[in-house]
Amino acid sequence: MISSNATAELIDPAAVAATTPSPGPIRVSRARFAAEPSNLTRRVILIVVGVVFLVPILAMIEFSLRVGQPVKNVQTYGFAHYLAVFDPANNQAYANLFQGIANSLGICAITVAIVLVLLLPTMIFVELKFPRLRRVLEFICIIPITIPSIVLVVGFVPVYSVVAQIVGSYPWTMAFAVGIIVLPYAYRPIAANLAAVEVVVLSEAGRSLGAGWGQVLLRVILPNLRRGILASCFITVAVVLGEYTIASFLSQNTFQTALLLVQHTDPYVAVIFAVLALVFAFVLLLLIGRLGSLRRGGTRLSRRSA
Amino acid sequence: MTVTRPATTATISGLAPREGATVELVNVVKDYAGHRALTGVNLSMAPGEFISLLGPSGCGKTTVLRALSGLESISDGRIMIDGKDVAHQPVNKRDIGMVFQAYSLFPHLTVQQNVEFGLRMRKVDAASRRTRAQEALDMVGLGHLGERYAHQLSGGQQQRVALARALVTRPRVLLLDEPLSALDAKVRVQLRDEIRRIQTDLGITTLFVTHDQEEALAVSDRVAVMRDGNIEQVGTPEDLYTQPATSFVATFVGLSNPVAAELSGDTVTVLGIPLPLLGTGPRDGAVTAYIRPEDIALASPDAVGAGIPATVVVSSFLGSLRRTQVRLDDGTLLFVQHDVLVRPATGDRVTLELAGRPVAVSVRE
Repeated sequence: MISSNATAELIDPAAVAATTPSPGPIRVSRARFAAEPSNLTRRVILIVVGVVFLVPILAMIEFSLRVGQPVKNVQTYGFAHYLAVFDPANNQAYANLFQGIANSLGICAITVAIVLVLLLPTMIFVELKFPRLRRVLEFICIIPITIPSIVLVVGFVPVYSVVAQIVGSYPWTMAFAVGIIVLPYAYRPIAANLAAVEVVVLSEAGRSLGAGWGQVLLRVILPNLRRGILASCFITVAVVLGEYTIASFLSQNTFQTALLLVQHTDPYVAVIFAVLALVFAFVLLLLIGRLGSLRRGGTRLSRRSA
Repeated sequence: MTVTRPATTATISGLAPREGATVELVNVVKDYAGHRALTGVNLSMAPGEFISLLGPSGCGKTTVLRALSGLESISDGRIMIDGKDVAHQPVNKRDIGMVFQAYSLFPHLTVQQNVEFGLRMRKVDAASRRTRAQEALDMVGLGHLGERYAHQLSGGQQQRVALARALVTRPRVLLLDEPLSALDAKVRVQLRDEIRRIQTDLGITTLFVTHDQEEALAVSDRVAVMRDGNIEQVGTPEDLYTQPATSFVATFVGLSNPVAAELSGDTVTVLGIPLPLLGTGPRDGAVTAYIRPEDIALASPDAVGAGIPATVVVSSFLGSLRRTQVRLDDGTLLFVQHDVLVRPATGDRVTLELAGRPVAVSVRE
């Protein structure tokens, strides 16, 4: 990663001088040693990064809008493939895909529940009662990111053969494996939020005011961890929707495996759903960013004082 | 001990004066893994009394307060509030109000909602909650900031809100855990006086933990000086200053000069000058006497007669007075407090006179 100072040094002083209204050596030296890149540099970086991301997405959208073959090198565009997806006549053809989506959403729900019911209370408990175990918990939660999915799956397969014998082979059982995969991603936002809030002092204040542990959790701790919890859940959903290896090796029909299958018969539909999944993930990330930048009460005060 | 208070100035219905509770700590012991933090603390508080726990870092004063609040369990002993042992009662059932050292307002709630929190926990109806919270905020002078959030307040304002929040439920006991330590000097003095005024108005029994002796002496009915997990002395600020029970109290509360002396019966001979012994002392023989800087006077340069010759090391201007450090001919360093108009310079030869007797005497080690 290039530091902001290093980026500033890459700027040609002459170019900066030309783009800034006030000439002179002072302006040039400011640009060279400024703590953050100039507006021009920022825009250039934004445009380059935007192009890198947008070109494949635009290509996918362009591809999904194609109707028929080009006639004399002229391609016709329309929403025929989009309409076909939701046409009741094609229900049978896409049943597997829709079932895969339903399965994935079910896995998402169970995985989020695992995060909320298991990980979150554990983290709060460790923070309040056993702060010395914080590092241990962090280490445990980070382990899955250091092991490639394929290696994990090799371990999961024999476990799941037993699981299948006991409860049957259902897609939702995958949620427990995925729950392990998402640990590093789910842990981080909650940990960051916990570090930013004086959980111990706030809970002691709550208890001294007559609140029991349940009320302290619901009325004091959780509202202050809202951002971390939401970000954790959204990232969990995004990771679950992107997980292919486990579903494939455990022979389960999920959105990802169904997408791969449908690609062989109808590439347009596969691309349409890939675009929709990207948009969904993009919206989730936007929501996280929005929640992260919201400062409670700040807006109201600035409005009042304005 | 009975505490007399001036006629109350509180006209607030929800916060009308209430008979404070008696508090008694009996042989309270607290063990952490391999470490005894409290070694049998005994303390009695009269209804409406304001007691400060004063001591150096790590002496156990915060542990006492947390044990009384219920935030720490105790290993042995009894904690009585109004004659009832509450040692095994959870913190939320003890009916205490607490203000913490760290800013502890709930960041997701407005000031008004913060103050209403304790009332909500007690299932007080919404209309009464609003009224009582507003009264409590008015009491601390922040009635107009109810809609703000904690991050929109200064440190002093946050602690005022925390005080209002702690008092709005009319608890039996108020516990203050170094609530002023994060504030700047001026706000600190203002808030400490305000805390005392409100405490007096409400008549609430209050335990105040601080490491700042000036703060403790200024606001307390009595001060308990702690050291190594136990209380060394409990007394009025005047008692602690003028009649410290131990050499530790003599040196910790106010400034004292430890001077080699000889004890014989009721007479302490300090720097060759016989002085009466205050209270009881150790066995006759070599002792250390503790003399306050204001009990040593700088004799006029042209004074004649016996005096203790010394050389000025440094002299500091402290506003209403001046404190000068001098070195005796035998190398002993002493602090002398005197009028600001006398301005000794470093290296000046001066003559000292003992104007008062030692506040404490201990066996010389």
